[in-house]
Amino acid sequence: MREAAELGYNLVSASTAKVYLLEGDLTNEQRDAITSALLVNPVTETLATTNGVPGVTLEVHPLPGVMDPAAQSVQEAVYELLGVHVQASTGTRYDLQGLDEVAAKALAARLLYNPVVQALHTEPFHPDALPYGTPYQFKPISVDITTLDDAGLERLSREGHLFLSLGEMRAIQRHYQSLHREPTDIELETLAQTWSEHCVHKTLKSDYHYTGPKDDTIRWQGRPGVTVHGDGSVTIANLLKHTVAAATHELIAEGIDWTLSVFHDNSGVIAFDDDYGVCIKVETHNHPSAIEPYGGAATGIGGCIRDIIGTGLAAKPIANTDVFCVAPPDTRDVPAGCIHPKRVLREIVAGVRDYGNRMGIPTLSGAVDFDPRYIGNPLVFAGCIGLIPRDKIDGAAKPGDRIIALGGRTGRDGIHGATFSSAELSDTHADEFGHAVQIGNAIEEKKVLDAILRARDEGERPLYSAITDCGAGGFSSAIGEMGEKLGAQVQLDRAPLKYAGLTYTEIWISEAQERMILAVPEQNLAAMQAICEEEGVELADLGHFGTPNAELILRYGEHEVGRLPMDFVHGGIPRETLPAVWSPKSPSPRRSPRSGDREQDVSARLLSLLSRPDIASKHWIIRQYDHEVQGNTVVKPLVGPPAEDGASRGPGDASVIEPVPGTGRGVAIGCGLQTRVGDPDRGGDPYLMALAAIDECVRNLVCVGADPSRIAILDNFCWPGVKDAASLGHLVRAAVGCYDGAKAYRTPFVSGKDSLNNQFRTDDGTTIRIPPTLLITGIGIVHDIEKCVTSDAKTPGNAIVLVDGSAGWERLENGPKTAAGVARAIGDGLVRSAHDVSDGGVLVALAEMLIAGSTPSAPIGAVVGGLAVDPFEELPTRYLLEVRVSEVDRVRALVGVPCSVIATLDDSGVLRVGDGTLDVEDLARAWRGPLDW
Amino acid sequence: MPMERPAPAIHWDMARALVVRAAGINCDEEMARGFALAGAAVDRLHVRTLANNPELLDRYGVIGFPGGFSYGDDVASGRVLALLVREKLYPALRAAARRGVPMIGICNGFQVLTQAGLLPGPRGFWSRKAPDTIDWPAHPEPPAVALCDNAAGRYADRWVRLAVNPDSPCVWTRDLDPHDPHDDHTPTDPTGTLMLPVGHGEGRFFAPKATIDALLKNGQAPLTYLDNFNGSAGAIAGICDPTGRIFGLMPHPDRFLHWSRHPHYTRLDKRSIQGEPAPGLRMFINAVEAAAPSRLGSTRAG
Repeated sequence: MREAAELGYNLVSASTAKVYLLEGDLTNEQRDAITSALLVNPVTETLATTNGVPGVTLEVHPLPGVMDPAAQSVQEAVYELLGVHVQASTGTRYDLQGLDEVAAKALAARLLYNPVVQALHTEPFHPDALPYGTPYQFKPISVDITTLDDAGLERLSREGHLFLSLGEMRAIQRHYQSLHREPTDIELETLAQTWSEHCVHKTLKSDYHYTGPKDDTIRWQGRPGVTVHGDGSVTIANLLKHTVAAATHELIAEGIDWTLSVFHDNSGVIAFDDDYGVCIKVETHNHPSAIEPYGGAATGIGGCIRDIIGTGLAAKPIANTDVFCVAPPDTRDVPAGCIHPKRVLREIVAGVRDYGNRMGIPTLSGAVDFDPRYIGNPLVFAGCIGLIPRDKIDGAAKPGDRIIALGGRTGRDGIHGATFSSAELSDTHADEFGHAVQIGNAIEEKKVLDAILRARDEGERPLYSAITDCGAGGFSSAIGEMGEKLGAQVQLDRAPLKYAGLTYTEIWISEAQERMILAVPEQNLAAMQAICEEEGVELADLGHFGTPNAELILRYGEHEVGRLPMDFVHGGIPRETLPAVWSPKSPSPRRSPRSGDREQDVSARLLSLLSRPDIASKHWIIRQYDHEVQGNTVVKPLVGPPAEDGASRGPGDASVIEPVPGTGRGVAIGCGLQTRVGDPDRGGDPYLMALAAIDECVRNLVCVGADPSRIAILDNFCWPGVKDAASLGHLVRAAVGCYDGAKAYRTPFVSGKDSLNNQFRTDDGTTIRIPPTLLITGIGIVHDIEKCVTSDAKTPGNAIVLVDGSAGWERLENGPKTAAGVARAIGDGLVRSAHDVSDGGVLVALAEMLIAGSTPSAPIGAVVGGLAVDPFEELPTRYLLEVRVSEVDRVRALVGVPCSVIATLDDSGVLRVGDGTLDVEDLARAWRGPLDW
Repeated sequence: MPMERPAPAIHWDMARALVVRAAGINCDEEMARGFALAGAAVDRLHVRTLANNPELLDRYGVIGFPGGFSYGDDVASGRVLALLVREKLYPALRAAARRGVPMIGICNGFQVLTQAGLLPGPRGFWSRKAPDTIDWPAHPEPPAVALCDNAAGRYADRWVRLAVNPDSPCVWTRDLDPHDPHDDHTPTDPTGTLMLPVGHGEGRFFAPKATIDALLKNGQAPLTYLDNFNGSAGAIAGICDPTGRIFGLMPHPDRFLHWSRHPHYTRLDKRSIQGEPAPGLRMFINAVEAAAPSRLGSTRAG
């Protein structure tokens, strides 16, 4: 009702009902038993089998083939209750009064359903039968490629949704010309999946020819993989290898000995203590979330969790993260084919909530950023952190191991997800790629996790020798990766299907959710099967690893449908040299161009900044996530004493968990996102964006008590199109910034991911490009959770110290030193509260500390004095620390960069700046209001 | 902790705790840890295993139904698991109730116990009673109370302040009231208010007014919200059966086994909590003690 009113609909009343469609051989008694025992709660609900309400009735049902987790629950429960198998489907009925049918349908399109995955019915939906699909008649298909010209190759790539470049198509053509045959469809699809941007990061791994201005702020001489030419231009071989990865390998060579597995597995692993490692992965799920935000975000987090389960010999997921970049919620004009950003945000939050909460993994860290250019390409970053015994970090399939698929069944859902994610979106993408979008079933994944951890831990050794997840590319990528060295023979008709009719190729590349692949020695199969039966997890034996020439052999029934040498699958992709140009619009700015309206006085500017959506409180999101499950959360996302409603309300800088309870040792989780610093449209420099993001991430972690010499980071590049040299110039600079930042802060990258075609073509032909966006996520070790610090102001009388290492931040002079100094002060117990200064500047940070620490019954205020910097300037390497007055000098000595007392806390509940006085509760209202949906 | 190892002993062991797992249950590990820290030996068994062998329940002195989203909670929270419990486990649980076995349902487990005929206990007995004087019906009664969508209509995760009824027969909440006039023991919470975390979308306690009144009057609502954030009738956060041994609550004591989980831990005076079990752990200790009074000395010392 509230949302309808917001959209201007005059809805008088609305009621909803769940609709269950059951098909099966049931007696009337059985039907009644199902409804009375299972479907209806006699205390609060009534059963309606007919429609008796006046007004417009709408029903929303899933489209055939779309995951319906509730239906699966009902089927399972009916079987447990009556021992009868039924087919179920569920939907929702809305009885709306006050609207005519046209208005009701329009409202439904805005709020109640998404045509990509659901159908709208204007009367009660009573189908004669539920859809089952039609049986598949085997039909081998080969694709003519050897005789095509370049135009033909490009057409094949485009029309077949392969998204391969001409160079790649030519490499495939040459391969088959040398074999004197045409590829089968499944072979071509295997190559397209494996060579997709999503799976191999080919843009970041390309060679670059970069041309910058004469006075380039990056010094190129002496960098790894770089050749400087006479004209000042440079060539960088394999950009990813010589920036992000090089930093890590150099740091390891210089003595960092606590990284345990970097870049090669599904997530990166660092040492936690002598017994355990912690691993981390952050993925994006941007394209699916643009079309179906709820399902896209849910399957995004679901996939990232599977990356953690698929690390080494399986890690246990212990925390999730999420960061969203969307258009401003008050956007008025939404281009055709885009969903309104407010609905996008509501639904992606719901997606992460429903998946993460059901999995029993606390969602602990995140951020939301707003920019109009995210209208067609909202960014959804989903991360997961895992705990893994140190003796289970390495796994490898052995010849003869069975290829075992666990979990969900394979359907037509999610086909072409890997290649779809490498494409540009347009106003018709929902029609073209609807099949790439899916709804997740978290309980299926939870069951799979339970079964895998049992198979890992119950015996002396795990029942399997390797494990990986089915993500982009489905079986093709998972089995292809695990069998890279050995080869694999796969019997595709053995895969359990959701419904009949899938071709062998669809089975092979389906990205249906909640599936894992394990390499299980024959002798362990029975034990594995027993665990799966108890946990209610389906297991399928798809074949074996190890073929004579390390070939990938694909079979369907009696027929061989594909045969590919693994070295061509994994090594055949040609590396290209891409042109990159950097021509800054104006000299690199010293400050980010966003200090508010200078005409206003300080109080008004502070209030208006606190109300900006990017700064405003995200409690509406945070409180929908379970951040306490597993019982190990020490520093929560919201901190401070009980505010008016009894709950903490202050913004935490990072969260801390004690993953092995009782050890006293913690893991801090935080992130840095500094898109404005790098925004080329506004004079920004992506190189500086990377430095600032790493700095922000480190500061967030240090502020809760992490040891800055034990921080590992991850990169997520989200770029607009990468077909033009300017955009690639931005990419080169950001990557080099990652190298310089990681080296300076001694924070190794352990994993990363990129999403490179985030631009949207509207129906009038304009292209909306996102600003280059780089998310840095970090995990830091906390040696003693007793020493954790939070951002809420604690005690009247204490001083607020601005630690300012921002001078020369572009040259990385002070950032690492300041982080180390602040950590020392925290470790010595000198800091009562700490907060990093980021969006909005020093005064916003101080206001946040007061909002966090002040309550109506125990108010805290502050008098600002001695603030020598612009109160709203946004510069890196700044911290605010609450320190006892008598200990300010000790802190100053420990920190080693300029420290100044900028405020003193009192018990007034009022912030005084110059002539202005602001009640902290008013600040709190301004800050909490905008996103309090 | 091994997950699926039924107790080797066939005799009934008072200090052995059972944690019931199911698809989608996700707080079984922290509940098991609570029992273990309280001094009990713990098994986590899948409801399927128990449904096939209900006699396994006879071995346990304490039984817990943890939180989570059992079977997805898609039809309604706890509905499918409650159905399994009603159909397959009720006779064994009824026998355990008659033996005075302490049971707890947390969050989803609470939703299960209210729908499985175990809470608030059989109608007609909503007054304080000894376990062996309660006449548990042979078949589970239909639910008398319900946990509905939160008033705000969505899932909420936060900490809440709670009032403890010191006159409740509930064994789980003994000594938990920081202001308990009958207890000159030690303060359980130096902040002066019991706090526990909650995380649920369907936790608004609902029942006909007469039922609410009876439960409040009989001390069967040992915990009420000071911050009634979900709109519960009578601000009820948890209820027990007339014996005080079967207890269900929406807040999560299993998430507060260590003081470092307190939401204002960085503000607490650490000296005041030294040696004192965190309030969540105290509940588990209370139950293990109630199940095996002879162990009282050892758990207090531990």
